[in-house]
Amino acid sequence: MDLYGLVGFNILVGIGTIALITVGLGVIYGMMKIINLAHGEFMMLGAYATYVANTHGINIWIAMLIIAPIFVGLVGLVVERCLIRFLYGRMIDTMLATWGLSLGLIGLMTSIFGNDPRGVPTPVGSFSIGHYAASLYGFVIVVVAILALAGFYAMLSLTRYGLIVRATMQNPNMAAALGVAPPTIYMATFALGAALAGLAGGVLAPISGVSPVMGAAFIAKAFITVLGGGAAIVTGTSLASGLFGFIDTFVSFKSTPVIGEVALLLAAVVMIRILPQGITGRFLRRSL
Amino acid sequence: MLNVTDLRSGYGRIPILAGINLSVKDGEFVGILGHNGMGKSTLLRTLMGYLPMTGGDIAFDGKSLKGLSPTARARMGIGYVPQGREIFSSLSVYENLRMGCLLAKQAEKPTIDSILADFPRLERLLERPGGALSGGEQQLLALARCLCGGPKFILLDEPTEGIQPSIIEEMIDTLQKIGREKGLTILLVEQNLNFITSLSERVLILQKGLIIREVPPHVAKDRAMMEEFVGMV
Repeated sequence: MDLYGLVGFNILVGIGTIALITVGLGVIYGMMKIINLAHGEFMMLGAYATYVANTHGINIWIAMLIIAPIFVGLVGLVVERCLIRFLYGRMIDTMLATWGLSLGLIGLMTSIFGNDPRGVPTPVGSFSIGHYAASLYGFVIVVVAILALAGFYAMLSLTRYGLIVRATMQNPNMAAALGVAPPTIYMATFALGAALAGLAGGVLAPISGVSPVMGAAFIAKAFITVLGGGAAIVTGTSLASGLFGFIDTFVSFKSTPVIGEVALLLAAVVMIRILPQGITGRFLRRSL
Repeated sequence: MLNVTDLRSGYGRIPILAGINLSVKDGEFVGILGHNGMGKSTLLRTLMGYLPMTGGDIAFDGKSLKGLSPTARARMGIGYVPQGREIFSSLSVYENLRMGCLLAKQAEKPTIDSILADFPRLERLLERPGGALSGGEQQLLALARCLCGGPKFILLDEPTEGIQPSIIEEMIDTLQKIGREKGLTILLVEQNLNFITSLSERVLILQKGLIIREVPPHVAKDRAMMEEFVGMV
């Protein structure tokens, strides 16, 4: 019984982790159709922002929940202005540009901080499920993932900015005729996606450690989940991370983490074969 | 209000407009008649700023529009109802109208309520997604959405294209009514003779990228004479 409790908890954390690493990528890919290959490096920057802020005596919660997303959001803003805005509508070119950006960021961070992994302390302890101890930090990840998705959903569906974003992504020319400046909306959306990546990096830093190449560990899962989720960012990300997080964690528990990731990939391949447009390409089409 | 001199434009290297001259005065309803491929939509798309002008000038309220984006032109008070309507299909009808209110001077709710009074057909469709409406309903919505922003000057691109006749009549009534009440200035391009003669005070004929003549006013008001006139062109 205790074991089931532990597995259940781990599955929840696995789902939360995937949702968290995916939402920022989902915003940028889903809304702007830009494949941001520097997504993992945006997370890495969030992790370093958390690490640096923390070593300068700033409260760890503030460092990961506020400083990391704001810092990476600003980086995203600069990247959009200097790089991405020249490449809208040119998918292959944006892939190449963001891939180059990711290599550049890895190199930059390596020359500043060196190759050795840094640690960020885990701010909460553990609790017990029967005989087993589980980290309370798992709850933090799940809660942050839920808040990020719910917050993004609320922004899209309830605010005027959300309405403008949805309209602009659907038909930028018509939105312009109604007084919207699409370049400003693109800029804000890209920065928002980057900020969410920074948040993910900051929150996962205590678990994954902080190093220049940490992004590589996340990027594949994040892409698979975005594609599996389909067009509706919030619903798609939630459902796909639910599915893939469950498979990954459950199979890892039954065998090894490597087999778990293989199972995740196989599930993704099968799913994309059956639902080429992702889950929300067929079901719940009108959702956000 | 609008002064177009020797306007040239086109797609890439293919010229479409070969030097358009026209002017629209405050409160005037001007119709431009032309067959497919004569440059009607190109003219409006150039006026709105989607296509760059390759020569000539457009002056709106005395200011040149050269180099201004569609956004800037919309903010100056130019409204645009495009060909094919361009409804935000996944947004509800109400949300489409809210988008129209971005440039409104009043608050959203009273603006939409006052516009809906002129478009009773839309009232019961408010929660529907825009894409689920019929072509005629979408056309009414596109017009209503444009009016929400309170534009000074409206560009109407073939509103009758693919629309059932009953809605065409309804659009004529609505445009006549709000035209009288609000003193709108409108530039309409059309190939539907009935629609253009019912509404326009002046009719210009567009052929191969040029305004080749102006229909005399007594002809423009008369459907039968108009048909004869166009037959001669």
